[in-house]
Amino acid sequence: MTRQVLLKDINVPGILSYEVYRRQGGYSAVEKALREMTPEQVTEEVKLSGLRGRGGAGFPSGLKWTFINRNAGKPVYLVCNADESEPGTFKDRYLLEHIPHLLIEGMILSSFAIGANTAYIYMRGEFRWIFPILERAIAEARAAGFLGDNILGSGFSLEIYVHPGGGAYICGEETALLESLEGKRGNPRLKPPYFPAVMGLYHCPTLVNNVETLATVPAIVNMGGAEYARIGVGKSTGTKLISASGHINKPGVYEIELGLPVEEFIYSDEYCGGIWKGRKLKAVVAGGSSVPILPADLILKTAKGEPRLMTYESLAEGGFESGTMLGSGGFIVMDETTCIVRNLWNFTRFYHHESCGQCSPCRAGTGWMEKVLHRIEHGEGRPHDIDLLDDVAKKIEGKTICPLGDAAAWPVSSAIRHFRDDFEYHIKYPEKVKNPKHFELEPLVSRSHLATA
Amino acid sequence: MMNNQPKYSPTFSADTLALVQRIIARYPEGKQKSALLPVLHLAQAEFGGWLSPETMDYVASLLGIQPIEVYEVATFYTMFNLKPVGKCVLEVCRTGPCMLRGSDDIIEHLQKKLNIRDGETSADGMFTLKSVECLASCGTAPVMQVGNHYIENLTCENLDGILDRIRSENESKT
Repeated sequence: MTRQVLLKDINVPGILSYEVYRRQGGYSAVEKALREMTPEQVTEEVKLSGLRGRGGAGFPSGLKWTFINRNAGKPVYLVCNADESEPGTFKDRYLLEHIPHLLIEGMILSSFAIGANTAYIYMRGEFRWIFPILERAIAEARAAGFLGDNILGSGFSLEIYVHPGGGAYICGEETALLESLEGKRGNPRLKPPYFPAVMGLYHCPTLVNNVETLATVPAIVNMGGAEYARIGVGKSTGTKLISASGHINKPGVYEIELGLPVEEFIYSDEYCGGIWKGRKLKAVVAGGSSVPILPADLILKTAKGEPRLMTYESLAEGGFESGTMLGSGGFIVMDETTCIVRNLWNFTRFYHHESCGQCSPCRAGTGWMEKVLHRIEHGEGRPHDIDLLDDVAKKIEGKTICPLGDAAAWPVSSAIRHFRDDFEYHIKYPEKVKNPKHFELEPLVSRSHLATA
Repeated sequence: MMNNQPKYSPTFSADTLALVQRIIARYPEGKQKSALLPVLHLAQAEFGGWLSPETMDYVASLLGIQPIEVYEVATFYTMFNLKPVGKCVLEVCRTGPCMLRGSDDIIEHLQKKLNIRDGETSADGMFTLKSVECLASCGTAPVMQVGNHYIENLTCENLDGILDRIRSENESKT
């Protein structure tokens, strides 16, 4: 049985309320930190824990905290990134909706560590019903003396406010999020000079962390960083929430211990429960729509033939030639009837729609790729379109201010790399693919990736 | 008489105005522009589900910023409707994970049933169909947002009953 850190109390009746959360031991980490520890010691425990940013980038969280300049003579801000918009990802919503006090407790600890007295939760605006849940939890924590002035007599004060987004994927990128929080369009900022730790919200030192990252901090303070680091494998310490979706029997949010074999995650009844309708697995997008897609054989085993594990390192094994990324943990499963071209056209339309338009490679390139993919998928593809797509993707990658350009390019490059047969089929049989359900009628088994295996 | 009508000037209720002040107080002195997104959401909810130029000018005046600062933001974020909508906006997710579970069929079914295309409003003014990008509900796909809530695990079979329920709820409101 997997060790649970984040979801261990999720099914306790009434855990939404302060009373029940507290009865389960909630806010004990705040008592411990504010009474017995210095801010530096809290940061040290997070460093020891090996916790890595759970939003998608996987950057060491403790290290990120040390970038904050507490002596700039300016206020320091903590901003919780609850803009969860990466297609395939719905884990933060699960925490926000069901155990909001865990996030609040994590935010108190993190604010104490970096010296922030004001914190914002930037939550995607679509989560309308969650705003009252969070507002209520904040009011309860305040009434219990865990927020407000001079918390537990420690001299440390903190207010937390919830701020709604407006429906823009790009605002999950931390500098775009800060622009948005300042009431502007969500255009990512140039780094340098706008590193959030130095020139963040209102040009003040700002820490931006994902919901899941912050919600992990109470457990780290309670058990100690070293103990937390014992969970997981190597540099992939701890547990991770995985959002499982697509063609599986049991979609949902699962907390896994990092190191779980991918095969067990897909086929075990404890997790995804196998592929639906008794079908076969065709492909997986393992870490949210932005990461490279992998065919069944390469998601289950690395190119070297070793079992693929749910860790940052194992999923990346083989680089982009034969690997992918853990990303946000948005695990999208596709069965044998899935059309890779249609799925890619869909994702590319998403990136085109969500491009902020600042950088021309992304603004124009995503639109161009969408157009080409649309015509291939609808039976109007031209022979050189596959190479054209690959070329456009390469010319976006690495040439934009923020990672949205890469996020749009990687799915295209990887789909062509591993599923060239799907594309060629579309160009060869335009009449067949005019039916949008073409591969449901007649599944196409792609062989091209086997050649390199 | 119509010609003599004054220009429509939206005004928040007293309760909403008090809320606007509380929202502005969440941000540091002089940073009231930060309240723009929250206040635009309030405005859209209070003034008929969309943001008219008059509404946006009103929000600018409340926050002491230029109207252009409101326009550029309202046009950037997809949650804001810049033209009138029906009583009820059906925001159907169309992104990959929902598509894998049948959102194409859901959108097609709604278009046929309501006799409208994406972005249009039904003849009776009840429903606007708006396809949207990932709503973070992939585990309960396909999904659509209606007002403050998500309706999850949609199928073409359960959709008609859902529409009837929404219709009767909205008719009884008026």
